[in-house]
Amino acid sequence: MNENASCAPIVRARGLHKEYGSGEGLVRAVDEIDLEVTPGETLAIMGPSGCGKSTLLHLLGGLDRPSAGELWLAGRRIDSLSERGLAQLRRHDVGFVFQAFHLMDELTAQENVELPALLAGRSPREARRRARQLLDQVGLCERAGHLPSALSGGQRQRVAIARALANEPQIVLADEPTGNLDSAATLEVLRLFEGLHTAGITVVVVTHDERIAATAGRMISMRDGVFVDETRLAGGARGNLADFAGWGG
Amino acid sequence: MGTALLVFRLATRDVRRHAAQAVLLVVAIAAAAATLTMGLALNGVTSESPYVATRAAAKGPDVVAYLTSASQANSLTRASGVANHSGPYPVVSATIRFDGRQADVFAEGRSTVAAAVDQPLLTAGSWVRPDSVVIERTFADALGVSVGDRVSLNGKSFAVAGIAVTAAQAPYPNLCNGTLLATTPTASKFSNACSPSFNIPFLSLPGGRELASSDEVGQIWMNEADAIGLTSKADPLTTYALNLKLTNPDDAPAFVYDRATAASAQSTAPMFSNWEGVESEDALLVQDGHGVLQPGALLLALLAIASVAVLVGRRLSEYARRVGLLKAVGGTPSVVAVTFLAENLALALFAAVVGLVAGWLAAPLITNPGAALIGTAGAPPISPSTAVEVIGLAIVVALAATLVPAIRASRSSTVAAINDVARPPKRRGALIRFSGKLPIPVLFGLRLVARRPRRALLSAANIAVTITGIVTVLAFHAYADNKLSGAVALTAGGLSDPVINRDEQLLTIITILLVTLAALNTLFTTWATVLDARHSAALMRALGARAGQVSSGLVVAQLLSALPGAILGIPLGIVLFKAAVHGGTLPSAIWTWLAAAVLGALVAIAALTVVPAQIGTRQPVAEVLQSETA
Repeated sequence: MNENASCAPIVRARGLHKEYGSGEGLVRAVDEIDLEVTPGETLAIMGPSGCGKSTLLHLLGGLDRPSAGELWLAGRRIDSLSERGLAQLRRHDVGFVFQAFHLMDELTAQENVELPALLAGRSPREARRRARQLLDQVGLCERAGHLPSALSGGQRQRVAIARALANEPQIVLADEPTGNLDSAATLEVLRLFEGLHTAGITVVVVTHDERIAATAGRMISMRDGVFVDETRLAGGARGNLADFAGWGG
Repeated sequence: MGTALLVFRLATRDVRRHAAQAVLLVVAIAAAAATLTMGLALNGVTSESPYVATRAAAKGPDVVAYLTSASQANSLTRASGVANHSGPYPVVSATIRFDGRQADVFAEGRSTVAAAVDQPLLTAGSWVRPDSVVIERTFADALGVSVGDRVSLNGKSFAVAGIAVTAAQAPYPNLCNGTLLATTPTASKFSNACSPSFNIPFLSLPGGRELASSDEVGQIWMNEADAIGLTSKADPLTTYALNLKLTNPDDAPAFVYDRATAASAQSTAPMFSNWEGVESEDALLVQDGHGVLQPGALLLALLAIASVAVLVGRRLSEYARRVGLLKAVGGTPSVVAVTFLAENLALALFAAVVGLVAGWLAAPLITNPGAALIGTAGAPPISPSTAVEVIGLAIVVALAATLVPAIRASRSSTVAAINDVARPPKRRGALIRFSGKLPIPVLFGLRLVARRPRRALLSAANIAVTITGIVTVLAFHAYADNKLSGAVALTAGGLSDPVINRDEQLLTIITILLVTLAALNTLFTTWATVLDARHSAALMRALGARAGQVSSGLVVAQLLSALPGAILGIPLGIVLFKAAVHGGTLPSAIWTWLAAAVLGALVAIAALTVVPAQIGTRQPVAEVLQSETA
């Protein structure tokens, strides 16, 4: 766990609830969940497909609205924000990483990374400088001018991570970030997350892969929309990543 | 600044990536814009320049007086403001026959010496001499006669010595059906420009037939003795033409008004026309195309809306993903809507400019004053109001097709958009039981239509607009044939009508544009349907359906949506035709043609669907199913 763990939570949820459908078709994707995430923490939410973990992540990042409950992000209540307010929140405070990368196919790697900065109103020059810096950070400086179709899966996800960091968010939310990657690419992505943790950025990762979850500082298991287990991992992210990579001996 | 760059970047990259679709969109809107530009350009066409040139070259009179006796000329030639004159010349009605065709003519008896006023300008051959005639050029074209041919006038044979244009008479055919008199002494033009010959009560057609305002009569010049030789007891000489040149040509309306008002109670009083009235009627020949181009522009605009909507609809799921992505990284609803609209609006503006330029360049082809005059009207200038109307049309087309999807996209759920969640179909027990009894292709086709009702609606709209255009064209052709055959009974046989010829040419061009755009729309719609149905088609094949049954299903889907559009297009086309031709009646034979057109359109749609459908079913089933689940 990070040294900032004692600070006020960056994410706080009380009775968070999300349901779809009605009558017999009613699905409680997230069912009365309470959650706190401290700044700088790396949290893994684990569970089988359909347990509601992605829905929870979408709620935390303001991609979706809860049916009931209260949700705070960085000290601001967000469950009642307007669509515009949520957009501002996603723009400045949250970075998303998706399993399917979701890069714009017609834009180059650099332009994809520039996208959030431009949306946030930064000047083109500043956005370009920041994108260069981030691509350098994820080791893709030389691929900056390539379209996503010319990049490997791992490279695309690294571009997506760089994009998530473009506006220096307080929290990065990753939905199965290694789901479409082979082992080598997975390791590259996990190393980047470790770097984020070291830099003090809060990371919430949703995964169904125990080995990925084990690299976090805390792991919550989810089933049928509720938390069923919570584990604090003593080894910390660095140690578990070493296990994942086979460095632990 | 950053957002503007982003919107620009996304729009330009998207256009580059989907160049074919962008080109189709530009072509669709530009075709409508060009047609509208030409239609609006005709509003301002006056044939002024060619008429002035012809008037100068043919020593055009300022006033032509039609007299009942030559002695009436004295007071007019001595009147104040008259600078020069020619005539009076005898005007005789006769029947001309050539190569199986016949028509009524007014033959003006002339001296073999050139006149000081109204000396028709020869465009071929030589001036009148005994036993020969000179024929006005539009009439000569309609009759199909040229220098050296021999024509028969009231049974007597004459050689065609020359072909000429005149500024004293409006061209063949009669376009006005109006009145001769000026409405005010200061009117610069007659209230309803008209060829003067049609309003002269003492001038009748061969055989004593009364001259009606709708009659089409040709103009010829011949030796004076030969002209008088055409008269008989049944057709006596009743009319003389006196050409007057005024000191100030602008005084012509007042000159005519004063004399026509003073003499209105006398049946034998002179009748007058002035040069501005003739000029106005010359312009009618060109302006008549306006009635074709305006409805054509409307049809093309409707088809352009369908085209753009098809293109946008085809890529909605791709757009949805982009919308989700933009929202996920912080795009507000307004940024999303602007991004969505920007590309299509920019293309529409570009297409409007292309259409304006194309319309402006093409305008001289249809503003050609015709054979009645020399010179050319040239390209009419594009006025600011024309530019605003054309650009407005383009923007309306783009907005009509994309505004609703843009607003829906901006309001859509970010999660649903980014995951491109499919809308679950509504299941109704009775419908499922009924559809289970249908043949596989029909069942598949029905389900495709039910799955994408908006696309089916667009297909119907596409075909409805196309059939509307085709029906209008067929109706106009039938109307034109009817009109010409009606003219045979009344006055002339077998003569072509330059106005109808011009209108038919314009209609043919518009029809080609309509059919081409409709075919492209059909191809895009089919391809979109094929791509959309890829998964369900693969699933059906996995469950045992043959590739042929699946592609037949796609054809059925296209036909099911096209059929209502085709049926709707018939009444719409007839309404449009009646509006354009002001209540023209349709011959009964047209219905066979209309039925054939609808059937032909459906066959064409089926043919256009077969190829994409077969290509779509070529991909291995496993590959499709795997790619869909990846």
